[in-house]
This record gives sequence, structure tokens and C-alpha cells, in this order.
Amino acid sequence: MTQIMFNFLALLVVISAIGVVVAKNVVHGAMCLLLCLVGVAGLFVALDAYLLAFVLLLVYAGAVVALFLFIVMLLDNRGDQRPGVKHLPLYARLVALVLLLAGTASFLARAHLPSPALGAAPGVGASLKLYAYQLFTTYLLPVQVIGFLLLIAMLGVIVLSRKHEVAEDAP
Amino acid sequence: MISVSLNAYLALSVILFALGFLGVLVRRNTIVIFMCLELMLVAATIAFVAFSCYNGTMDGNVFVFFILTVAAAEVAVGLAIIVALFRRRQTIQVDQLDSLKN
Repeated sequence: MTQIMFNFLALLVVISAIGVVVAKNVVHGAMCLLLCLVGVAGLFVALDAYLLAFVLLLVYAGAVVALFLFIVMLLDNRGDQRPGVKHLPLYARLVALVLLLAGTASFLARAHLPSPALGAAPGVGASLKLYAYQLFTTYLLPVQVIGFLLLIAMLGVIVLSRKHEVAEDAP
Repeated sequence: MISVSLNAYLALSVILFALGFLGVLVRRNTIVIFMCLELMLVAATIAFVAFSCYNGTMDGNVFVFFILTVAAAEVAVGLAIIVALFRRRQTIQVDQLDSLKN
């Protein structure tokens, strides 16, 4: 049962990721990204990380993809009719393809980690108490740093998106 | 209850990362490149959660929290940069943004 669910979700994730890479229309790409994230959230549920699945859907599918769609709407770029793939020399394409395939294949062929058998008890990720305990004891300093990082990111976005009055020497 | 092996999750993570990397390499649109970066981050989180679940430790799960937070901040700043770039240059295609080249 779990195997069937994993196969279905993995197929969904990989196909929608391919959709993100090959989509000509950026909006279609964003929709594929949304589908991919939903599949990943399903995988998190299969791994007993319910909270992370919820947070992934909330932050990524809710906020990030919406932000992407908003920016695509803002920057209407339909005037460009050229293909969406960069012009690379043939040797560069071949080298990149071979390296990518060799890396993936060497991992798939050679990495065999021992997979501990899990019992019927739910995994550690299912317990909210453990998250809270870890976040407020071991990881207290990183949590504060992350809060500060979010503040800085917010200020940075405000500064970046402000209109400059002085017209600079644009090309 | 869990019959899927750890290697299956890791293989999925590797394939997803490779797809995201391929997109970053070949696409011309900056927004699509950004989405492929997100794919790579999500691939890393799959590996973290799988290791955490199979090892029975909490650290990978907590780390995914931080990855999600940093990714959200990164997307906000990156998209703001893209908007500023579009205002200035009227394009977001990476092969037209070559001022440093000549």
C-alpha cells in the first residue's frame, strides 16, 4: 500500500518537475511547480512528517507559487517569441548532458545505504512536542538568526522595489 | 508500516535535483530559472526528511524548517531583484543581460 502510494507520488513529482523544466509558458511552469510541491507534501506525509507537509503546502504552494504568478503577471513578457532554451554550442550541451547523466547514474547504481526496518509506531516526525522541544532548546540560536534574516529580507525587498527618483544612465 | 526503502527516497531526491539543475543550465527566462532553484531546494528537503525518518532523529526535520524559511526569504528578495532588473533593462532573459561581457 505504501509502495503504491510512493510510486504514484514519485511519478507525479518527477513528471511535474519535467513540466517545470520544459514548459514554454511560465504560468504553466508555475502550475507544474505547484503540482510537484503537492506531491512532495504527500511524500512527507508518507514519511510521518505531517507538520512539515502542512508547512510546505502553506509556505510554498500558498505563498511562493502565488508570488511567482504575481511577478509573471507583473512582467508581461509575451512579446518574446524565441525558444525558451539558451543557445549553447553542441559540445557544451553534450558535456553537460553526459556529466548530469553520469552523476545521476553513478548515484543510482552505487549508493546502497542500509535501510533500517521501521516498526508500526509512527516516526519521530509525527510528534509536535519534539519539534517544539528541539526548536526551543538545541536550535534556539538558529531560530533567532532566522527571524533576523526574515526581517533583513523584508527590508531588502522594500529597498529593492522602491522607485528611484534620480534617473540613472540606463543603456 | 513503511515498506519503501530509504534508497528509493534518495533516488527520487537525486532525480529531482538533477532536473532542477538541468533547468537552471538550459533555460533563458530568469523566473523559470528561479523555479528550478526551488525544485533543487525541495529535492534537498526530501533527502533530509527521509534520513530523519529512517534514522529516528529529529535534526533533519528541524533543518527542513530552516530551509523552508530561507527559501521563502530568498524568493522574496530574488523576485524583487528580477522586478528591479526588468524596470531597468526591460528584459529578464539571461542571454540579453550581458553588460559585464563586453
